[in-house]
Amino acid sequence: MSVFDGLRFRRGSSPIHQLDPRAKFFYVIVMFVVAVLFNELLPLVVLFLIQIPFVFVARVQREWIRSLRGAAFLAIIIFGFNFLFTYLSGQYELSYVLERSFAMSLRFIVLVESFSVFFLTTSPDHLGLALEQSHVPYEFCFAFTTAVRFVPVLAEEAQTIMDAQKTRGLELERGNFIKRIRNYIPILIPLIVNAIRRSLELAEAMESRAWGATEKRTNLYVLKLKKSDYVLALLSILLLVLAVYIRLFLPVPQLGVVLRI
Amino acid sequence: MIEVKGVSFTYPNGVEALREVSLTIHDGEFVAIMGQNGAGKTTLVKQFNGLLKPTRGEIFVDGVNTRKVSVATLARKVGFVFQNPDHQLFCETVEDEVAFALRNFGFEESTIKKRVAWALNLLDLTEYRETSPFMLSGGERKRVALASVLAWNPKVVVLDEPTIGQDHKQKEKLRQFIVQLIAQRKTVIIVTHDVEFVAECNSHVVLMAQGKIVAKGSAKQMLTNSALVTQASIVSPQITQIFLELADLGMPIDLINIHEAREALLNFLEVDS
Ligand SMILES: Nc1ncnc2c1ncn2[C@@H]1O[C@H](COP(=O)(O)OP(=O)(O)OP(=O)(O)O)[C@@H](O)[C@H]1O
Ligand SMILES: [Mg+2]
Repeated sequence: MSVFDGLRFRRGSSPIHQLDPRAKFFYVIVMFVVAVLFNELLPLVVLFLIQIPFVFVARVQREWIRSLRGAAFLAIIIFGFNFLFTYLSGQYELSYVLERSFAMSLRFIVLVESFSVFFLTTSPDHLGLALEQSHVPYEFCFAFTTAVRFVPVLAEEAQTIMDAQKTRGLELERGNFIKRIRNYIPILIPLIVNAIRRSLELAEAMESRAWGATEKRTNLYVLKLKKSDYVLALLSILLLVLAVYIRLFLPVPQLGVVLRI
Repeated sequence: MIEVKGVSFTYPNGVEALREVSLTIHDGEFVAIMGQNGAGKTTLVKQFNGLLKPTRGEIFVDGVNTRKVSVATLARKVGFVFQNPDHQLFCETVEDEVAFALRNFGFEESTIKKRVAWALNLLDLTEYRETSPFMLSGGERKRVALASVLAWNPKVVVLDEPTIGQDHKQKEKLRQFIVQLIAQRKTVIIVTHDVEFVAECNSHVVLMAQGKIVAKGSAKQMLTNSALVTQASIVSPQITQIFLELADLGMPIDLINIHEAREALLNFLEVDS
């Protein structure tokens, strides 16, 4: 559950917290696009490193590391699969396969990293506000912020369900790979059923409290883009342009080759 | 026997839910743990089957330190029915739900059949054998959860809020059923806010407040002591309250259930006439 914990917003007052969610989201999108542009190790390592200052400025190192630790498991699986299939195809030499597989899991880590920075430093309320001001219909904004807000609740509930099934003799770590995955069925089903049940109840409770009665909503707070937001957006654009340029016109060397020189 | 020795427990977020709790529960004892919301009742009983391990102190179940064994091993001995049945139901039929734990513990298929039928019958669920647990009412789901734990016949049964959402008839059945368990020398531990139920059962009572055990004794001692009752933020049973009001007529004031009240009233009328 530590993945969720690593994405959970903590109140803070760092410059990163104060950035406009829209600017930060733009940065996340750019990170996403750039990470997908490259499947070589070198640029992905660079992407990974340039985000670290943000983490430290926002002072969310501990949560950030936790989210990475949570992502590590999936990253290892990604590595394994890529390695297996590229290597078995027999067309490439080992060092290349290793580097490529490592790049694939690092790409995943970079995505988690940027999302983690975004969610750790953006309050759900601001996020909803940002969506609303981007003219997304209020129903969608509400659904989105509620979903974000319920992530920790779900994580806690998953823990309780795990406890309940353990007391009925379920051992998650027992059996081979397939059996282990099947072991999660008794946890996933109650989790999903409860989530659906809860959402129906929430809808009923909200409607009985006159949700959507006023057509036009106003907000107490209005988000305004500041100078720092423009700077972040500009930097993101520069990064994007640079990345596209490199992709199109420059060869990206293997990291192993670079290091040997 | 469950021995709790100087146990403190702090949740990862820093909430100190148990402070220096010590308690012994003997075999065949029937204990009701009571106290206000957030007193630490659920946290305490979760230590009994190793779901939570003490931050400080030790817990021994039949002499075995809960730190040393897995939950699945302890669960064989300590059955635990959770507050919310929706945290465990997942099978397609009630029958499968009850058989789930038995399969995990490696019972034989013929034994499983027998035990499932026994548990379903016990909790009035036989007619729902083939029904999906999700189609049942809240009270019925609670009974399915109970049946699924009782099925493997654990030596200690922990019930977190068993009477919530149960109609009168089912409560009475639950009580009789607990009496039966006690007669079989099983240990029954319930966590509850239902004073009337406890008074009717006449169990031992452990009162908790703010992570500490305030007092332990018979239901009578605990529920008629107004200082303790206030401290643990519960109320005395209505019978006790009435007789307290009638104290100046010379009525006894340490009554907790109808049987005692009947005796007292009959005595009083006899003396009068
Ligand atoms: N998973 C958890 N993480 C952090 N704190 C918790 C957790 N579960 C309970 N607590 C806290 O520990 C304290 C004791 O909780 P507990 O659930 O044991 O109370 P309880 O006596 O069972 O209450 P209730 O009558 O409401 O069921 C409370 O202050 C609660 O907020
Ligand atoms: Mg509780």
